Amino acid sequence: MATSGIAGAGGVAPDAPVRPGRRGAGAWRWVVLALFGLYFLVPIAGSVWFTVRDRGTGGLTAENYTSIPGAEGFAETFARSLTIAVLTVVIALVLMVPTVVLVELRLPRLRTTVELLTLLPLVLPPIALVVGVRSVLAWAPDHFFGTPLAEAFFALQRPSLPWILVLVYAVLALPFVYRALDAGLRGTDLRTLTEAARNLGASWPRVLVSVVLPVLRTSVLNASFLTLALVLGEFTIAQILGFRTFPTWILEISGSRPQLSVAVSVLSLVMTWVLLLLISALDRRRTGKESA
Amino acid sequence: MLVWLGAVPFFLYVAVFLVLPVVVLGVEAFRVTDPVTFEEGWSAANLATITEGAYRRAYVGSLQLSALTAVLGAVLGLALAIAVLRARRGRLLRRLVLTASGVLANFGGIPLAFAFIATIGNAGVVTALVTDTLGLSGFSLYSMAGLALVYLYFLVPLMVLTITPALEALRPQWREAADNLGASGWQYWRYVGGPVLAPPVIGATMLLFASAFAAYATARALVGSSIPLVTLQIADALSSNVVVGAENLGKALALGMVVLIGLVMAFYAWVQRRTQRWLT
Repeated sequence: MATSGIAGAGGVAPDAPVRPGRRGAGAWRWVVLALFGLYFLVPIAGSVWFTVRDRGTGGLTAENYTSIPGAEGFAETFARSLTIAVLTVVIALVLMVPTVVLVELRLPRLRTTVELLTLLPLVLPPIALVVGVRSVLAWAPDHFFGTPLAEAFFALQRPSLPWILVLVYAVLALPFVYRALDAGLRGTDLRTLTEAARNLGASWPRVLVSVVLPVLRTSVLNASFLTLALVLGEFTIAQILGFRTFPTWILEISGSRPQLSVAVSVLSLVMTWVLLLLISALDRRRTGKESA
Repeated sequence: MLVWLGAVPFFLYVAVFLVLPVVVLGVEAFRVTDPVTFEEGWSAANLATITEGAYRRAYVGSLQLSALTAVLGAVLGLALAIAVLRARRGRLLRRLVLTASGVLANFGGIPLAFAFIATIGNAGVVTALVTDTLGLSGFSLYSMAGLALVYLYFLVPLMVLTITPALEALRPQWREAADNLGASGWQYWRYVGGPVLAPPVIGATMLLFASAFAAYATARALVGSSIPLVTLQIADALSSNVVVGAENLGKALALGMVVLIGLVMAFYAWVQRRTQRWLT
């Protein structure tokens, strides 16, 4: 591919009736792409080299990667982040799937409002949101002390499984979940499908499970993977609220074990990569099926 | 009537976990604690404090860094997206760049900071290479320029992701029609391509600005609190047990961020309306 681009640019005779003044474009394009490739690859390559180099002997070692599972705090924080991520996915889906379907089928008037509200977390700085959440949580000792409400507030903040993170992360996931589900509904005629099911005597819960969910399957998976990636990397809110999760653990160990922290960073990049490749593989399978 | 009840959970959830915290922020930013008597009262003193001294510098620093990285990220991302879309026989390349952009746009925060520290930090691999072989030094990762370089790592892919659909909507027929009418490349972009692309490009730039403005994890891991950035100042104010009323100062700083982002969004809406009128 590279040679054809360069040959096209440097060749004497244009291979097609090319517009005047655009002959140099091919070379320009490959220079741009090469520079971007360098910029994006060097930090990754640098990180890998940094972690596999043995500082004592100068040789290569996989020790930084093999020692991750046994590292102090890894199992605990990773399990916690994973639990939070799964719970966030469940809450976000339980909240958004019925809402999106309802807006599509029965309440199209609310569409703009719902869309705008779900876009808000995209522009609202998470640190501002979390300062507000912290202020609300501070009401429990300040104003409600001794009431059941205060007990509920404290229960949300148990360090072993901080439910408050789940609830706030579901807000952060709204833009991605809504857009994934909305994209899934476009292009399928959900109204006709549900009307057919209703005419055949299906109840609304039955319609939701047997008609809507199969239609939305790819979007639901899509939204889930995006939310997982989001939660597993979220640092700001966990740190400001003082909870120990996987990202805060990486920062915690960086002082004493820099190579380990970089190795974990490389792995988390690979993890995101795998999650998003799964999404694009799903998308492709779906478009392949539809065009077939 | 019953149908409306179905939409209640969503609005309730958004009200409790999104609107309520922001409203509380807006109210409690005006609470102050007297350092002597420890009595609480209402005052705009916090808001006056955050417009002066170190806090003012933090706002200016954050705004400068986000504006710079948003514009640079938008220009570079646009160039990359155009280069990829125009590539002949570039379907594989396109898929590769789009997937990579999806990954890298989500690769922010702590891991990104460490990738850069390992590469061009003080003990970084490339730093060692460059200083040993070329004898060059002077660039510091732990500076504004360093932060900008790191931010672009997720902002450029974000731009590629958001602008590619708009570029794909630019029909080749328009270009052909302009060519047939004798328009030059510049005239095509000035009168056809530019006006059509302007709203999505401005929108994407705003999104980049908001991401850079809100970025906290990367900056925290890279520079601690040695660079004036408002997100770092907020975290410092909240973790301070020494200064009385620092918590409320943090709320005022956060409220300031919300107001600034609100202004940017209002400006965006205004520009969007203007360009739409101009187009029709």
